[in-house]
Amino acid sequence: MPSNAAGREIPSKIAGLDLVKPFEGAFVNTPLVRKQKGSRTLPRLNKLMESLEQAILNSELKDGMTISFHHHLRNGDMVLNMVMDVIANLGIKNLTVASSSLTTAHEPLIRHIKNGVVTRLVTSGLRDKLADEISHGLMDIPVMFHSHGGRARMIESGEMKIDVAFLGVPSCDVYGNANGYSGPSACGSLGYAMVDAVHASKVILVTDNLVEYPNTPFSIHQDQVDSIVQVDQIGDPEGISAGALRMTRNPRDILIAQYATHVIEHSGYMEDGFSLQTGSGSISLAVTNFLRDVMIRKKYTASFALGGITGSIVGLHEEGLIKRLLDVQSFDMEAIRSIAENRYHTEIDASYYANPHNKGCATNKINVVILSAMEIDTSFNVNVLTGSDGVIRGASGGHSDTAIGSGISIIVAPLFRGRTATVVDRVQTIITPGETVDVLVTDHGVAVNPKRQDIYDRLKTKHLPIYTIEQLQKKAEKVTGRPEPVKFEKRVVGVVEYRDGTILDVIHQVKD
Amino acid sequence: MKLIRTGKAGTLESSDVMITVKNNPANKIEINLQSIVEKQFGRHIRSFVEAVLEEMEVTSAIVDIDDRSALDCVIRARLETALYRAAGITVFRWEAIR
Amino acid sequence: MKLRRTMLYVPGNNPNMVKDAHIYRSDSVMFDLEDSVSVNEKDSARFLIFQALRCIDYENTETVVRINGLNTPFGADDVEAMVRARPHVIRLPKTETAEDIRQVDSLISKVEKKAGIEEGSIKLFAAIENARGVVNAYQIALSSPRLVGIAFGAEDFVTNLNTQRSKEGLELFTARQEILMASRAAGLHAIDTVFADVNDDEGFRREVELIKSMGFDGKSVINPRQVSIVHEIYTPTFEQIHSARKILRAIEKAEREGSGVAAVDGRMIDKPIVERARRTLELAQLSGIYLDEIEEEESDAQ
Repeated sequence: MPSNAAGREIPSKIAGLDLVKPFEGAFVNTPLVRKQKGSRTLPRLNKLMESLEQAILNSELKDGMTISFHHHLRNGDMVLNMVMDVIANLGIKNLTVASSSLTTAHEPLIRHIKNGVVTRLVTSGLRDKLADEISHGLMDIPVMFHSHGGRARMIESGEMKIDVAFLGVPSCDVYGNANGYSGPSACGSLGYAMVDAVHASKVILVTDNLVEYPNTPFSIHQDQVDSIVQVDQIGDPEGISAGALRMTRNPRDILIAQYATHVIEHSGYMEDGFSLQTGSGSISLAVTNFLRDVMIRKKYTASFALGGITGSIVGLHEEGLIKRLLDVQSFDMEAIRSIAENRYHTEIDASYYANPHNKGCATNKINVVILSAMEIDTSFNVNVLTGSDGVIRGASGGHSDTAIGSGISIIVAPLFRGRTATVVDRVQTIITPGETVDVLVTDHGVAVNPKRQDIYDRLKTKHLPIYTIEQLQKKAEKVTGRPEPVKFEKRVVGVVEYRDGTILDVIHQVKD
Repeated sequence: MKLIRTGKAGTLESSDVMITVKNNPANKIEINLQSIVEKQFGRHIRSFVEAVLEEMEVTSAIVDIDDRSALDCVIRARLETALYRAAGITVFRWEAIR
Repeated sequence: MKLRRTMLYVPGNNPNMVKDAHIYRSDSVMFDLEDSVSVNEKDSARFLIFQALRCIDYENTETVVRINGLNTPFGADDVEAMVRARPHVIRLPKTETAEDIRQVDSLISKVEKKAGIEEGSIKLFAAIENARGVVNAYQIALSSPRLVGIAFGAEDFVTNLNTQRSKEGLELFTARQEILMASRAAGLHAIDTVFADVNDDEGFRREVELIKSMGFDGKSVINPRQVSIVHEIYTPTFEQIHSARKILRAIEKAEREGSGVAAVDGRMIDKPIVERARRTLELAQLSGIYLDEIEEEESDAQ
């Protein structure tokens, strides 16, 4: 019987083991461990790379692969552009870029697309010039638009394999423990990034704030991370988060918020222990403020708020009106402060948030959600991605995820913006199917989806200006006049994936 | 109506329109429209403006329009104001205005 | 009963507010061609409001236009244009004498005739904004069949009095009483002045409660947020409605039994009490309270 490297005799066959692999020596099969123990002059174990270039070379990134980013740094993000420039310089081409979303900051991508560095985009949204150019046919392969939950689904299921994830992190130690709530580029929750960190083949962290090991509590774990690059700045604080967001003074927004609050109060879904999700828009913020008054009056507390967490929500939690906060993205400085300090303000990842195919996501447990809309049609389908001119300008986000999961989904929007009607016959692009949308609240009146007779019955005697959605559409058209239909080419420039992976709609190239 | 100087009316605020009119040495109507809703309403706005000019018996004008998504009645009001200012008329013919 | 609980001021040269001022559900909207419009833009505002009144459906809201006074270079043109635009009411600022009203009344008649509009169809509101106007209030109130109400303008008034506005409003007390008295004697509505501090909800509420208990029919408001507050205070409470119904039931019972005298809770009900009860119920209904719902509640309770 042969001996192993520890000098022990090991039989070549052992019951219960398929294969017997004899011990070859402590250091032989554990590549990341130091080869020499005990020396005090050796450099400390770390994953730091000299440069982004070195990290990318190390990752063996090749033509045609898929790379990913997150958008927690919002309009202040500098990571994506920085990384793309280095990749372009290395001559790598034909990449698929899967960023959880793309913002105003990512206009430089246009150049990389024109040069063939990037040939496909998978994202929740596009804005400004990049969106405009894509709407006019910049890319051969259509952009894939997904919801937040949909992205988590496609990554977790393996439908989309990320070869290299480049994750900007506001705070990181030398071995890869990272969080988002500390450092000069603090952004709060790293919910979208966390999914990439688990599933990407290679994970590269980019940070401007290297801290002592171990950086606990962490959101991204050292055991998920391949390498770390330290740079001067990962984001511009002005663009990352807003200061304290003050409640709007716009009387129109306030009117809509008052109606919406009234709808919530009498919908049957507001009771002690209810849960809610509001957004960061000015109407949403006003609703949050008005709900506070109702909750105090009725002595209700909310069991939790989900989001998209803003300082207003944090304020309600700290007042004791909302018990727990579940946060996949922190919108402002107050929310960032809170997630750093408060154990009951909990960071959740995008899958926990909204993946429809895991064992149960947070959006399933929401009672009330307030959502916006660029357009909504007479079937209650909602468009938050393209404008009435057919040009891409927004994002799918968590809209379709929360609309379906909630007990009552409420869309808040003015009936028309200038002479562009919000309520139309047919939306340009469907992001959220009408069967999941319950109530529309505008400054001119409220409409309840006929599928929700229960809500209508509860609201009809509550002094709300209730109309059918067809009536609202006609009202809008009477004021604005009938717009000319937008002309499109046959070419498809965008594909809208519903959260379950099926294709909901397509976006055509606009004709000028 | 003869335009003897440049007349301007309206603002660049949302839902408003800024219109500048002056005489056209080429003795015809020239409309320059810049609108944030060009695709949906550009054609309509141009023909609407032409119709108002005809009603007001203006045959020679350069009309520069910077539209911020104004409703028809706002466009008409601003256009009429600009025309009267350009014509130097202070006695308004309300009967003619429909 | 016509409700004029709220008259919302809308600056006449602001298309964004003008285009749908009725969404705030005030009883009246007042498009202003006077103080909120600069001298250079008087023509702009006039054309804008003219077109707006012609083209926009303000639904059930009463439309009012505040013209410039006839002693300004703009007043006469305002009347010429606005009569043809057909608001429900024209409001004359800084009314001092009955003659001021008679003058604008006859100008309106002239234009109505020229334009083929039924004479008398456009109503008038007089705004009293100084001591002379207050002193002449009753004469003003009687001066024209078009007149449907008098509004009080405190800002100019206190300047005229050489004082300023205070929290308690003592400096306005006589003016308010005089205008109220004159309006009631002539069968007109009385509307109180604007409350300028849009951030002081407490102060606003106090003032509305005060003028309501004085007897004013309503208030001019400058911010849409103030509308629902006024309506809330002017809407009869459930207690008041129950009380009113009890009174009317007692009267009906007395009439049926031919007894001629009725009492509720040991108190005799005479004519003024019945009238107040009727008013309360009418106001409740117009305010949107569903009286049949209350009936149901009451019969359930019994």
